[in-house]
Amino acid sequence: MVHAEIAVLRFGLGARPGELAAAAGDARAWLHEQIRGPVPPAGSSPLAPSDQIFAEVMAARREKREMRRAAAAATDADPKATQNVLRDAYRPHYRAQVLARAQSAALTSRPFAERLVHFWANHFAISSDKGIIFGLAGTLENEAVRPHVNGRFLEMLRAVEQHPAMIAFLDNQASMGPDSAAALLAKRRSVRPDQPHREFGINENLAREILELHTLGVDGGYTQKDVTSFAEIITGWSIGDADGRFAGGQTGRFFFRDNLHEPGAKTFLGKRYPDGGLGQGEAVLEQLARHPSTARFIATKLARHFVADEPPPAVVDRLARAYLASDGDLPAVYAALIDSGEAWGPEPRKFKTPEDLVFSTMRAFGTAPGKPEDVLRSFELLGQRQYTPGSPAGWPDVAKAWDGSDALMHRILWASSVAERFDRGVDPLDLAASSLGRYARPETLTALRRAASGAQAVALLLMSPEFQRR
Amino acid sequence: MNRFQSSISRRRFLWKAGALAASTLAPRMLFASTGAPERLVVVVLRGALDGLAAVPPHGDRDYADLHRELAIAPPGVADGALALDGFFGLHPSFRFLHERYLAKELVVMHAVASPYRERSHFDGQNVLENGLTRPIGTADGWLNRALAALPGGVHPLSERAVAISQNLPLILRGDAPVLSMSPAAAPDVDEDLLTRLADLYSKDPWFSARLSEAVQGEAMMDATPDIPSSKIMAGAPPAKAGPARGTDRVGSAARMAAALMRSDGGPEIAVIEAMGWDTHANQGASSGTLAQRLAGLDNGLRGLAEGLGPLWSQTAVLVVTEFGRTAAVNGTRGTDHGTGGCAFLAGGAVRGGRVIADWPGLSRNALLDGRDLRPTLDLRSVFKAVLGEHLRIDGGSLASRVFPDSGGAHPLQGLVRA
Repeated sequence: MVHAEIAVLRFGLGARPGELAAAAGDARAWLHEQIRGPVPPAGSSPLAPSDQIFAEVMAARREKREMRRAAAAATDADPKATQNVLRDAYRPHYRAQVLARAQSAALTSRPFAERLVHFWANHFAISSDKGIIFGLAGTLENEAVRPHVNGRFLEMLRAVEQHPAMIAFLDNQASMGPDSAAALLAKRRSVRPDQPHREFGINENLAREILELHTLGVDGGYTQKDVTSFAEIITGWSIGDADGRFAGGQTGRFFFRDNLHEPGAKTFLGKRYPDGGLGQGEAVLEQLARHPSTARFIATKLARHFVADEPPPAVVDRLARAYLASDGDLPAVYAALIDSGEAWGPEPRKFKTPEDLVFSTMRAFGTAPGKPEDVLRSFELLGQRQYTPGSPAGWPDVAKAWDGSDALMHRILWASSVAERFDRGVDPLDLAASSLGRYARPETLTALRRAASGAQAVALLLMSPEFQRR
Repeated sequence: MNRFQSSISRRRFLWKAGALAASTLAPRMLFASTGAPERLVVVVLRGALDGLAAVPPHGDRDYADLHRELAIAPPGVADGALALDGFFGLHPSFRFLHERYLAKELVVMHAVASPYRERSHFDGQNVLENGLTRPIGTADGWLNRALAALPGGVHPLSERAVAISQNLPLILRGDAPVLSMSPAAAPDVDEDLLTRLADLYSKDPWFSARLSEAVQGEAMMDATPDIPSSKIMAGAPPAKAGPARGTDRVGSAARMAAALMRSDGGPEIAVIEAMGWDTHANQGASSGTLAQRLAGLDNGLRGLAEGLGPLWSQTAVLVVTEFGRTAAVNGTRGTDHGTGGCAFLAGGAVRGGRVIADWPGLSRNALLDGRDLRPTLDLRSVFKAVLGEHLRIDGGSLASRVFPDSGGAHPLQGLVRA
């Protein structure tokens, strides 16, 4: 039996020295204990909250505007000097968030819960290559996901969809009901018929992705009419700002702008929602969180993440039932997963993502990054720059998306450089025992014994099929 | 990094890779050399390009009203479109494409779409690449299936197609052998380590196959004299996986594709990806976000043509996206997911200087669901024509194996010079 190995390597984030022994007594109990109680904040020191970061960035934007004006006045000014203001304001926060995430992943004694944080942050993915949220990407994970990982899905859903980073990422902050107070006012003001006025209306991006990616799934049984209706329902879900076109609310916090909200009752998924301002959208989120399609969609993704790229239907059914029976209580769903025999197949079946590989390597060495540079370059080289999945669908969770031959060559290059940094004072066979336990194949151990150098042995270990999978 | 030193090391590695291939891995050629002169590059634009901005139908009476501040002015006006046929224009960022149009090397297609009629990016891209009528998880891609039908067929141990990416995009996934390559982050590979890994992987067919391909790829890069990786290394951050994102990434991917295709026995088919077309807010018009992206794409295509040099005359470059965007501007100066859009076919082999569009119009009744440009041309008709006329794949294979259930999508005629 290799239960401890499966619990630590597949459900967890890879074994730290001594961790396999700790899980060896009762591997299932070791997992069950991790899904109770709150998950601690990321990193070793507190991170700046999103509203503070947002306020800093608003200030940087104003500075940028003023620099532009000054540059326009003074002909000898360097126009490029103004371009990097935003990125400069954001960069320290991005780096701090990536570092904190990696430190938690490297050091946590509840790696199953930490993996679930990563799972949900990827489920509700935002991508920091959209400039406006560059410095906010980690705040969604830390403020909206992490506190609710061992809670109810509805609470997490509401926290995420009302988080300023999500609202900005999917463009809802200025989405305007066509008959909202703000739209009517603007139309009255636009009096010159020869000048086409700006179109006032909704932006359906957030509404569509909530349905497609966060709750029902693309085949979950909604139509374009439902998307449009939901987009109208959540008009007004916005971000507070002290000044500017939409002054109001607390800067950088979720703010419901009544004057952008489309008034009136609406129909969504065949159900009528009376006019209710902010509550109208929150009632829809409740309906979505209870929907059988949502249960199925989440069950499928969890089963894919923990069992196999093609998840067994029986596991999906079991998790979906646990979800519906508990009214979306996530620990009940995790418990059903832990108790699914299919998740305990002895062969490692999931090809590690670059993120998995980096975190499990740090854990194998019992080390943690001290500064952002320690991990930033690894993610860049391996092709998973943190918080940049590029689309709201998040990083793919199947081997096919990561197993290109060029990607393998990058892994080999990376493993070689890691091995050169870490080989001193490490016995490769001890490392194999503490990081892989009974997962280690005899031929791998033979290769380690015959390696030309300690560094080469470590590289071989990191590149062995059993270390590359979980 | 000392480029001179590393190039010596790479040459040694090449030699070693040859020895490695001869000993522990199956002996194989680099890319199959079939003597076929035709080349195909497919550029996949992920995120749904706004066809009404890229190819503005300025002659449509409803266009300016719907697209408003995002509309491109007619040709002749300041910041106006580049003139095509009097009804359609090209976005002013498309200077290279416009030159190709005037040189009769560009076909512009409009009101096109894959068979997909919902509005999810991810399913839309899946259908664009799987060549079927609906999204299916992780099926294989139509370009991979086409490889098996190429004259000369598939040699089991050689690749005729490459994706410029760390990982294979769906369009090229499948049974036929293909390569993925991206600019190397650090060219020094420990040769001894590779040999030992080949041994370590010998009982794991999956890893074994990947390593063998990876070694092929490295050797290929070394054998390519003007591979642009050194330039990429010098100017840009270390290699990044996945599709090209910024303007420079399209350019470096395009230059790499060109260098590989020009190399001796190089691939005949290449796939390049570019992201960043999902313009829900502040899309801009003749300048702004989308205009910058389009300029980056245009420059990338120029770099591809320059890099291909004499091969350009035998090349067709197909530029496609998963669907178009709403005809009307949305509430945040952008556009939402739509249906019909545009596509381009450029290259010296293309019978160009034409716009192909059965234009449905933009009046309220003409729009699909009252919001989207109604597609009148199935993208598979374009794919079939390019594969049939340009790569000479027989019609029977195209209809049965490459594009099953595509009976209604007849191949266009005369896209390529006879």
